[in-house]
Amino acid sequence: MISRVADSIYWMNRYLERAENIARFIDVNLHLILDLGFEAVEHQWQTLVTTSGDDKDFSKRYNDFTENNVINFLTFDEENPNSILSCVRAARQNAKSIRDTISSEMWEQVNRFYLLTQKYSRMKEIINLQAFFHEIKQANHLFIGLSDTTMSHGQAWHFARMGRILERADKTARILDVKYFLLLPSAEFVNSSYDAVQWAALLKSTSAFEMYRKKFHAINYKDVADFLIYDTEFPRSLSYCLLTTLKSMRAIVGYTKTECAALTELDSFYKELKNCEIETILRDGLHEFIDRFQQNLNHIDQEIRTSFIEMKLPTTSAGNKQVGSQLLSQ
Amino acid sequence: MNFYDYKVDGFYDEMCESDGRPRSANLPLINLINSLPSKDLKHRQKAAELALLNLGITFGVYGNKKGTEKIFPFDIIPRLIPADEWVILEKGLKQRVQALNLFIADVYSAQKILNDNVVPKELVLSSKSYRQQCVGLKPPRGIWAHITGIDLIRDEKGVFHVLEDNACCPSGISYVLENRATLKRIYPHLFKTMRVRHVSNYCDQLYATLQHIAPKHCSSPQIAVLSPGIFNSAYFEHAYLAQQMGVPIVEGRDLIVIDGFVNVRTTAGFQRVDVLYRRIDDSFLDPDVFNKESMLGVKGLFECYKNGNIGLANAPGTGIADDKAIYAYTPDIIRYYLNEEPIIPIVKTYICRNDKDREYVLENIEKLVVKIVNGAGGYGMLIGPSSTQDQCNEFRALIQKNPEDYIAQPTIALSRAPTITNNNIAGRHVDFRPYILQGESTYVLPGGLTRVALVENSLIVNSSQGGGSKDTWVLGDPNQEK
Repeated sequence: MISRVADSIYWMNRYLERAENIARFIDVNLHLILDLGFEAVEHQWQTLVTTSGDDKDFSKRYNDFTENNVINFLTFDEENPNSILSCVRAARQNAKSIRDTISSEMWEQVNRFYLLTQKYSRMKEIINLQAFFHEIKQANHLFIGLSDTTMSHGQAWHFARMGRILERADKTARILDVKYFLLLPSAEFVNSSYDAVQWAALLKSTSAFEMYRKKFHAINYKDVADFLIYDTEFPRSLSYCLLTTLKSMRAIVGYTKTECAALTELDSFYKELKNCEIETILRDGLHEFIDRFQQNLNHIDQEIRTSFIEMKLPTTSAGNKQVGSQLLSQ
Repeated sequence: MNFYDYKVDGFYDEMCESDGRPRSANLPLINLINSLPSKDLKHRQKAAELALLNLGITFGVYGNKKGTEKIFPFDIIPRLIPADEWVILEKGLKQRVQALNLFIADVYSAQKILNDNVVPKELVLSSKSYRQQCVGLKPPRGIWAHITGIDLIRDEKGVFHVLEDNACCPSGISYVLENRATLKRIYPHLFKTMRVRHVSNYCDQLYATLQHIAPKHCSSPQIAVLSPGIFNSAYFEHAYLAQQMGVPIVEGRDLIVIDGFVNVRTTAGFQRVDVLYRRIDDSFLDPDVFNKESMLGVKGLFECYKNGNIGLANAPGTGIADDKAIYAYTPDIIRYYLNEEPIIPIVKTYICRNDKDREYVLENIEKLVVKIVNGAGGYGMLIGPSSTQDQCNEFRALIQKNPEDYIAQPTIALSRAPTITNNNIAGRHVDFRPYILQGESTYVLPGGLTRVALVENSLIVNSSQGGGSKDTWVLGDPNQEK
């Protein structure tokens, strides 16, 4: 398939997944604050900005981390490239350029998603923020469902899934890092009910609460970290995300038949994760682990670009293959 | 909303006779609309608009930071063309594109028609659409204009005239197909009772047309649509056609010439492309040969084309056939190549570079429509009868300064068709663009784009200036079994 198209479908899915995750974070925080009363509220909102990694950009336009400021920054701030509004707009821009590749149903859904965010962004006051975040999550789930049921599971679909799942891994990792970093110093809270509320919120923001309960029942930070890093069945755990990415990349290489550094790198990245275990991670520092994990994610993203999107010109005409019409559109 | 108060106001009306009675072919539609509850039609219109919005068939409104987009205005009352009229139009359109194709081929080879003084040589050679680089070119299968859209209007008496030819990359076909999809939901029963001819195989025909011009060595050619990208106002159409044909849409930056062949950058390396349906102007196709500044084209593309290593639709150079001054000679062009009388007449045209014509235009400008020879989109034109004295004088000066840039035609009161307005149905002026494909044979789509000037009394149907569109229903012959 055309490299530009692969790039666009990959990013379209990253952006939509990002928008959904931001909605998750804010939504859970809104709930959490109700549980906690008014204490610790200020840094509770700051956490959200830290989670998306945009502290610097935030400080340029806002003075303090109030609920209003943070929500505005993360949802409708057009200058923030990672706000829900910007993500969905970028996703639609990408979708537009690959309308010949995705199904009409998918395009219509991205477009409706966009119209939805536009509609809310024009409202002077949003009476029901939670309804908005709920709609955002639903919109992306519908999009993913349509991708699965209306588009052939060929090369383009695998690029789409890779984008979505890598983004998801990144967000799960980030939220685990930030929460852990914020929660752990308060040693007196460990295993208190306050602590459980916070960890439960973390699980909820990754839609993991119910699934976690089925497996571990009681909430403690070690099991939460274990679940979000190593669970082999939960679709937002780091391990699950990496394996899914690996499967998609193998499928892509099956189509392209190319030597591919991205696959080799991803393979060893996954092995490295599997060879580690939660006790070691917690002993050596979860933050350090996640730092390395995210560096590896960025590295994989870069390798995907080099391997599939920005190839060098062949030096001889041997690289110039004549192909039938089916290969290009796969 | 109904037709009880509908007035034809002395114009030729597409749906009603001059005394206001419905034309017989239109009866089922009019009866249906008259039978609907009063607000029903408006509701159907609103529902259709919402569907188009959700499908993203829109254009951006400039200067609006919040990114508001609007749909292209669309009126849900179709415009009908009865079977007997269509038979004549179809013949006339085929005749016309065949003659234009022969004309282009001649202009870029022996130039017989110029040497025989049927069309003035210097008019052709000095035209901005004439491409010196195309002289001697031999397009695959001898076809130049594969996809043509011809703008037709009806005059006061209801006679169809050709107003303009679009032989480069005519747009609008996606609206024809989308409008039809919408109307099928709105009037499901009428299609059968009225024998409306379907337009659904356009993309199959287009694909076959493109396949036909693949280089000889290709057994299963790789076809692609070449688009300037998502910021082009017709991008929706480029994507739509690519999607319907199941071929990729490519941009200039995706393509690269390697060893004399055009290649596309793919995830599996560079792969060859055999046919491009190009939707960029030919002056942007190849910065090596045409516009040096072009960022949209592909370096070396023209050389590949000359060597027969890629098919292009339409061929570069076809613009010469839709030059507005050469248009005046099209009846002679048809007679010259086909030895036939033109079936569809053209509008009387004064070429301002000719002294006699210019004199007449300057004297009678208040009665005329003046157009720029190379203009499009309804820009840079003067409609004498609805212009002020100052505007007329301004154009007089322009014509005297650059006479070769202008032509003029008598103002024609275009036919009108019933259109939904804020609170009722009223007559609005329309034109009609049918689409013709030239491949192994010549194919005329039984349908087309009816453009409607939504502003009361306006004669300008362009979407950039308050125009909208209507679905066009070509009716099957009632005497023939389906």
